[in-house]
Amino acid sequence: MAKKEKTLKTQQPQEERIGVYVCHCGSNIAGMVDVEQVAHWAETRLKDRGVVVARDYKFMCSSLGQELIEKDIKEQKLNRVVVAACSPHLHEKTFRTATERAGLNPFMCEMVSIREQVSWVSTDKGEATMKSEAMISGGVERVRQNVPLEPLTVPINPATLVVGGGIAGIQSALEIADAGFHVYLVEREPSIGGHMAQFDKTFPTMDCAACILTPKMVQAGGHPNITLLTYSEVEHVDGFVGNFAVTIRKKARMVDTELCTGCGICQEKCPKKVVDDFYEAGLGYRKAIYTPFPQAVPRFPVMDIDNCIYFEKGTCKACEKFCPTEAIDFEQKDEIITVEVGNIILATGYDLFDARRITHYGYGRLANVFTSLEMERMCNAAGPTNGEVVLRDGKTKPQAVGILHCVGSRDRNYNNYCSVICCMQSLKFAHLVHERTGATVYNFYIDMRTPFKDYDEFYQRVLEEGTLFVRGKVAEVTDAARLPGEEGKLIIQVEDTLVGKQRRIPVDMVILSSGLEPRKDSKEVAKQFGISCSANGWFTEKHPKLDPVATMTEGIYIAGCAQGPKDIPASVVQGAAASARVLGKIEQKEVALEPIRASINEEQCSGCRICNDLCPFNAILFHEDLMVSEINPALCQGCGTCVAACPAGAISGTGFSNEQILAQIDGLLLLNVGEEKIPA
Amino acid sequence: MTTNDTFEPVIIGFTCNWCSYRAADLAGTARMKYPPNIRLIRLMCSGRLDPTFVFKALANGADGVMITGCHPGECHYLEQNYKALRRYLLLRRTLQGLGVEPERVRLVWASAAEGAKFAQEVTSFVEEIKILGPLHWPTWAGNGHKAQAVQLEVEVPA
Repeated sequence: MAKKEKTLKTQQPQEERIGVYVCHCGSNIAGMVDVEQVAHWAETRLKDRGVVVARDYKFMCSSLGQELIEKDIKEQKLNRVVVAACSPHLHEKTFRTATERAGLNPFMCEMVSIREQVSWVSTDKGEATMKSEAMISGGVERVRQNVPLEPLTVPINPATLVVGGGIAGIQSALEIADAGFHVYLVEREPSIGGHMAQFDKTFPTMDCAACILTPKMVQAGGHPNITLLTYSEVEHVDGFVGNFAVTIRKKARMVDTELCTGCGICQEKCPKKVVDDFYEAGLGYRKAIYTPFPQAVPRFPVMDIDNCIYFEKGTCKACEKFCPTEAIDFEQKDEIITVEVGNIILATGYDLFDARRITHYGYGRLANVFTSLEMERMCNAAGPTNGEVVLRDGKTKPQAVGILHCVGSRDRNYNNYCSVICCMQSLKFAHLVHERTGATVYNFYIDMRTPFKDYDEFYQRVLEEGTLFVRGKVAEVTDAARLPGEEGKLIIQVEDTLVGKQRRIPVDMVILSSGLEPRKDSKEVAKQFGISCSANGWFTEKHPKLDPVATMTEGIYIAGCAQGPKDIPASVVQGAAASARVLGKIEQKEVALEPIRASINEEQCSGCRICNDLCPFNAILFHEDLMVSEINPALCQGCGTCVAACPAGAISGTGFSNEQILAQIDGLLLLNVGEEKIPA
Repeated sequence: MTTNDTFEPVIIGFTCNWCSYRAADLAGTARMKYPPNIRLIRLMCSGRLDPTFVFKALANGADGVMITGCHPGECHYLEQNYKALRRYLLLRRTLQGLGVEPERVRLVWASAAEGAKFAQEVTSFVEEIKILGPLHWPTWAGNGHKAQAVQLEVEVPA
C-alpha cells in the first residue's frame, strides 16, 4: 500500500515543549507493544510537533515514574505532557496531580490509553505498536491545543436529603444527624419503617423485627436534626452536588399534624373498614383514617379519601366529631415545599415479585397458597391471625407445608438474578412453621445459598429440626387429586433432582418465597435524580466493588435494596456507608467541579436560541434585552451538546474544544494501518 | 470496491466518557480481542459529536467512523444521546448526498457493562468497511476538500 505520509502544519514552532511518557505497566503493555520503539518514534518523528523528550518506564504511576515526569517538566521546561499508559479513568488524576506538583496546570497533561485500548485487545505486536504510535500522535496533537483550566469551587450545603424511610434510609439519616448535620427524610408512605416493619422475625438470630426497628424509628422521629417528611414524594430535583434544590409534595393527610396528638380515637370511631392491601398484605383490615401499624412514626394518622364515607357520600365526619383537638381538616390540600441540600441518598427499596404472575403456582386461585409477605404478617403476634399459622379459613392448622424458594428469581421467564434473601427467609419460615404448628415442612430449593455470619449454622439448625429438603424447581401446585391421599390437598409436582424422580407431594399449605424486584418507578426516579440504573431497574453504583454506594452523579448516593437485592444487615451497612461518604463531602466544605464547561462568546452569538432547548439542565439563559444566550457555569454539566449544535460556532467547550478534537483526529490519522513502517 | 486483500481500514471512534469509553476499558480488562484498526476519541457525551468531526475524519484519511453512546434512556446527561441520534440520521443522508456510502458511519449504543458488545461491534464494523473498500473522498470542484474558498470581490452585507 502506498505510503500516505502527511505533514502537519506547525502553527507556533517554538512554543510547545511536550514530554511523552510510555508506560510498560510491567508486561501488561510491554508484552504486546514495543514500548522502547514507541518512545523512540515519538521523540524523533514527532520532534517537529513539539516533542522534546520521550521516555519509557516500567511503572509510570509509581512514585519514581511520577518523579521522572516532574523532573523533566522542571529541567526540560516542558509545558505539556502526554502519558501513554492505562485508561484515564484509572490514573488521569495521578498524572495530573504530578503535573501540578511540577508547577504546570494539571490540564496540560493528557493520557493515551494504550493498555485497555491497545495491548490488552490486540494480538499482533507490530500492529499494536503502530496503533500506540498513532494514538500518541493523536494525544500530542490534542495536548498542543490544551489550555490551562481552573476548577470551579462551590460551597457545600451541609443539609442532606434521604429518600426512603426503610431501614437503610433510617440508618443513613441517623448517622448524619448524629454527626450534627441536618437531614430531610422523605417517605412515600404514612410512616417510616419500610418493609422491615412488616416482618415478624429476622434471620438468623430470630430477633423480633419490630423490637429492633421501633427504637430506631422513634430515634429518627424525635431527632432534632431530622425533619421527617412522611406521606411525601420528591417531585423535582434541580442543581448539582453541594447545591441541590428539591421540590417535595407533602400529600394531604386531612389531619393537622400541629394539633394531632396521635390518640387514635378517630381510627376507633371511623365506621369504614378497608382491606389493608399494603401493610397487612391483604389479610387484615384498617379504617379509612388510619396509621399503618401501632408503632408508626410519626403517630399522626392519614385519611384514605378514596374510601372515606364523607368523600363518597358527603356525610359522616365521625372522626371530626370525636377528635379532641380538632385536628381533622377535610379541606387540607397537598403542600409543595422546596428544600435545599448538598447531598442526596436514595434508599428507595424494592417491590416484592407479584406471585400471581406464575399462574401454575396458583397464588390468588388456590386459597391456601400464600406469599412470603402474607406469611410474615401471619407469624406476627400483632398481625391478622395473632401469630397463628393457619389456613385461609382462619382456624385450621396445617399438617404439611411446602415452602417454594426462588419464586420469580433465578428464572429466565421472570428475573435471572438471585434475590439473595429467599433461602434464608424460607429457612426462617420452615423454623417458624415447625415451632407454631408442628407440621411437616418441605423446602423446595434449586441451590441452598447461606453465606454470611451464622447463616449456615441456621440452615443446620433447621435441618436438625426435621425440615425435609427437596432439591428441584417446583413445576406446579395443583388441587387436582390423582392418587389416593391427595384429596383435598394441594399437590406439589416437582422433579427431585437428587433422586432423579418426579414426585407428587400433598400438603395443606404452600408458601411462595417471592423474590425482590426493583421499584416499579425506579427508572423514572433514576431519571429524576440523574443517575443510571441497570436494565432490570436497580440503581447503578459508581464501581461494583470499590465504590458501591456512590453513583456516577456527584452528590447522589444509593443504599439498600434500591441498588440490588440484599438483606437487613447489608442494607444497614450501605446506609451507614452512604452517610460516611456524605459526611466526608460535607466536611470538605466546598467541592471542586470539573472545569469542563461550555461558554458562549457574546460577540458571536446570534441569539437564535437553538442551544436553549438542547440543554436538559436549564443551564442556558437567554437575555431578551441583549438577544444573546449565556451559560450558567454552575449548572452546566459539560456534555457539550450545545457546542456541537451552535450554528455560529459561538459556544466553546473547555476540555473538549473543537480545536482539541480536530487536532486529535489529525494526529490519529498520521499513520495508516498496515502502512510501511516509517524509518525513525 | 477494492480487490486488495491487504486493505486495512482506519476507523475513528467517538466514545462517550460514561458508557462506551468504559465499555472499551472493560473489553480491555477482560482481554477481549478486536482488530487494531480503530482509534478512539473520548467525548464527554455522544451529544458533543459535531458532524464536522466526522467529515474531518473521513476527509483526512479515515475509512469509517463509529459513534458510540449510552443506550436510549440511559444518557448520563439525561437525553443528549437522542440528539446524537438525530444528528446521526441527518449525517447519513448528507453523506449519501456527497457520494459517500452512509454505512461508513455507524452508531452503536453500548453501556459501560457491554465490553463484549463493544468488541464485537468494532470487529463487525471493520469487516464491513473492508468490504466497502478504501474511501475515495469525492473530489469535485477541482481538488475537493483542498479547494480554496473563492474570495468574494465585494462583501455582501448579511
